[in-house]
Amino acid sequence: MGLRVENLRVYYRTMRGDVKALDGATFEVADGEIMGLAGESGCGKSTLSKSLIRLDSRMKLVAGSVELDGKMLPLTDHEAMNKYRFAEVSLIPQYAMSALNPTRKIGKMIAELVRSRGFSYRVLLPELERRLALVGLSPDVLNNYPIELSGGMKQRTVMVLSTLLDPSLLIADEVTSALDVSTQRAVAETLVQFRDRGFVKSMIVVTHDLSLVYQIADTIMVMYAGKLAEKAPADKVVKEPRHPYTRLLISSLPEVGVRYAERRLVGIPGRPPGLLDPPSGCRFRDRCPLAFDKCAEEPPFVEVERGHEVACWKAM
Amino acid sequence: MHRYFGRKSLIYLLTFIVAVTLNWLIPRFMPGDPVLRMLTRSSVSNPESLAPMREYYENVFGLDVPLWQQYLNYWSELLQGNMGISVWLFPAPVTGVILKAVPYTLALLIPSILLSWVAGNKVGALAARRKWLDNTVLPLGYVLTATPYMWLGILLAWSLGIVMGIFPIAGGYSFALRPSFTVGFIANAFTHWFLPFLSLFLVAFGGWAIGMRNLIIYELEADYANYLEALGTPRKLIRRYAFRNAMLPQLTGLALQLGVLVAGALVTEIVFAYPGLGYLILQAIQNQDFFLLQGVFLFIVIGVLLANFIIDIIYVLVDPRTRTGLQGGTA
Amino acid sequence: MRTELYFAFRNRKVVGGFAVILAFLLLGLIAPLFTDHGPNDYVGPPAAPPSGEYWFGTTTFGQDIFLQFANGLRSTFLVGLLGGGIAAIVGMTIGFVAGYRGGIVDEALNMLTNIVLVLPALAVLIILHTYIGIKSVPAQALFIGLFSWPWVARAVRAQTLSLRSREFVDLARLSGLRPLTIIRREIAPNMSSYLLLTFILLFGGSVLFAATLDFIGLGPTESISLGLMMNNAVQWSALHLGLWWWFVPPGLGITAIVGALYVMNVGLDEVFNPKLREM
Repeated sequence: MGLRVENLRVYYRTMRGDVKALDGATFEVADGEIMGLAGESGCGKSTLSKSLIRLDSRMKLVAGSVELDGKMLPLTDHEAMNKYRFAEVSLIPQYAMSALNPTRKIGKMIAELVRSRGFSYRVLLPELERRLALVGLSPDVLNNYPIELSGGMKQRTVMVLSTLLDPSLLIADEVTSALDVSTQRAVAETLVQFRDRGFVKSMIVVTHDLSLVYQIADTIMVMYAGKLAEKAPADKVVKEPRHPYTRLLISSLPEVGVRYAERRLVGIPGRPPGLLDPPSGCRFRDRCPLAFDKCAEEPPFVEVERGHEVACWKAM
Repeated sequence: MHRYFGRKSLIYLLTFIVAVTLNWLIPRFMPGDPVLRMLTRSSVSNPESLAPMREYYENVFGLDVPLWQQYLNYWSELLQGNMGISVWLFPAPVTGVILKAVPYTLALLIPSILLSWVAGNKVGALAARRKWLDNTVLPLGYVLTATPYMWLGILLAWSLGIVMGIFPIAGGYSFALRPSFTVGFIANAFTHWFLPFLSLFLVAFGGWAIGMRNLIIYELEADYANYLEALGTPRKLIRRYAFRNAMLPQLTGLALQLGVLVAGALVTEIVFAYPGLGYLILQAIQNQDFFLLQGVFLFIVIGVLLANFIIDIIYVLVDPRTRTGLQGGTA
Repeated sequence: MRTELYFAFRNRKVVGGFAVILAFLLLGLIAPLFTDHGPNDYVGPPAAPPSGEYWFGTTTFGQDIFLQFANGLRSTFLVGLLGGGIAAIVGMTIGFVAGYRGGIVDEALNMLTNIVLVLPALAVLIILHTYIGIKSVPAQALFIGLFSWPWVARAVRAQTLSLRSREFVDLARLSGLRPLTIIRREIAPNMSSYLLLTFILLFGGSVLFAATLDFIGLGPTESISLGLMMNNAVQWSALHLGLWWWFVPPGLGITAIVGALYVMNVGLDEVFNPKLREM
């Protein structure tokens, strides 16, 4: 069944008007699929991943729908959505290091959390301890305060906690950006392991680190300026990208396997357009080496071959 | 934890030494002869006591021994609880005069500090949750916390005391009564206590309510709150965490505000002629009674240091981070 | 900077607070110019209630309360500006130096800060005022400033510590700039909005401090102030005589000015902090 996102538009309200951070996204994530979600910062990937679990007070759902395992998610109804959070769709946040309440013992916090959601901590505890052991943590961490753990330990604790109720969809938001290279690998492998053991069915791994996501993702989706640019199996995206933006993104990597951490791409001249009042037509037009007349018209996001979708006139 | 307390104690000890030294230093290095100033300006009703007074004060100032010895003498007298003799109430020792006034000041300070802190935190936390409450609590809080203590005291004394005649507005109890543990006296003392207490309470309350409201809003933006929301945690639990965590900076704030609160109590006592330390300060100033003034000063310093120490202990009890020794608390 | 001005002009708290302060400031600056009398001259009938001639009424001695009030505002603004300014400069200097230099300098300054922090400032000021005898408002402001800086130093120190490790400061250090130049050119501008907010709070604090001292009778002997007006009112039994016009205006003036400062502070915080602004 998996995840089906239909024409999702989420804007940020600001005093100067709406910032169109996510301007129409349609895609699916199948059961068992790990999808990497890549793009420059400000391309809308964080907005997309946030929208799937919790719209904050500044975000406004303009259009679209999200269906998970055949059920519509009530995105705009905070209370109704609570039923799905954690149990059906869960999150490993970017700020995993500071995601735990600093003044509560970890075990106590988890107990209070699961109880508040109507689950029994006693029933869940053996599984919790088993999973902690799986990521190399002793059950003693439950008796610690967050400040007593190292950054990596906190990250692993959060990973176990987020997936404790076996959610259908897990969103991992820039989980590796704060870590050193060897820890990054371990975290990435743990994510795959969670999927393989059935702790989660499908996963969206949000990252600006294409080379890392290439190692674990089945598919990769690339976003640009609030729009989807390309989605395809990971190999295809890296070896035969169709969208000129993806191509530039890939070629700006020194080589696959080497990490890049630049916030703005060095390899692509220019900057993404402002999303307060985005230009019409293809949003990559101004920076695109292949742009031609037709690009004044917005290209649709269409399948060009099986499992490979692109939004570019040149790719069709 | 031991390091935390060790460091704190060192600071308090140094502060005490600085205060005592200041106290010793100022009268000796000010221009003019303090003894003369004190005696000429003091209104001594009985001229016969002038001679023993002069003899006593010149002896205390020990002008014929070297400075360092004066300083040591000062300390040794102080440690024996001797702060000199009051000019205003000659020949009563300053320590005794102060000890009689301290209960009144504490009776005002302790309830008003504790109650305003607790009530301010509760109301501030509620305000962070409800828009209409926020729109009333916030402006009211800013007005209260901007109000000078004595002015609120004056307004209350005038409106509730004089115009409406509900409360007495001067003294700690009626002149006709003698302090005793009878129902009549306690009831009488209570009516005298109420207005000064109320003005202290209200001003402090405004500050705490605003502080708590702002802290809660910041806590609700914190990462752990966002994570819990993403996991569908009911707002109630998140607010409970936010409230508890916001209490920690409020506790630090209490330690920082102690000096201001004491100052507020002093001027409030002056408004209501309440027989505490503030009233003594006014008398000491008007009678040029420097010994009494300095004694009160030292008592206030000691009181504030003790209160700080108590707050430090509470802080360690409520913040696990100070206990694990990984992070300093208030300092 | 221009965006900040834009948002500041659209922020009701900033505009409202600023308007109140400006109104009082102008009143204090202009009103005394229209009379030949000093604030303590005996100009009218004793204990007269507010009227067309004496807007705020008169004292039991026949002094014009409006005139006292307007002159008192001058003292209030002066003590706020000077006291707040001195405290801000001392606190920032100590905080910057401690945070930037680190090591033993930091230890020593930190200890000093903590000691002054726990010393009850008003009690110290009372002792100093009694012995020295303050004559002018600037002298009073100096003493107030010298005892209200510690929390500023602490906050500035913490911010400097975090800024110090940032790249642009490293760069400046590598390029051989002197520490003071780095503090002035790289660190201070990055904290300027915070420093402005701090100064506003110190301004309000100094005003309240001065009012308290004046009320106890330790104010500047050579001028009039709002605190001194309250002191006089209480001393000469204005409460019992029902002369409410004597003690209401000075307290109201202080409350309005300090309250407006606090509200403006909150508004400016929203202006400088985009996270709060967008809500």
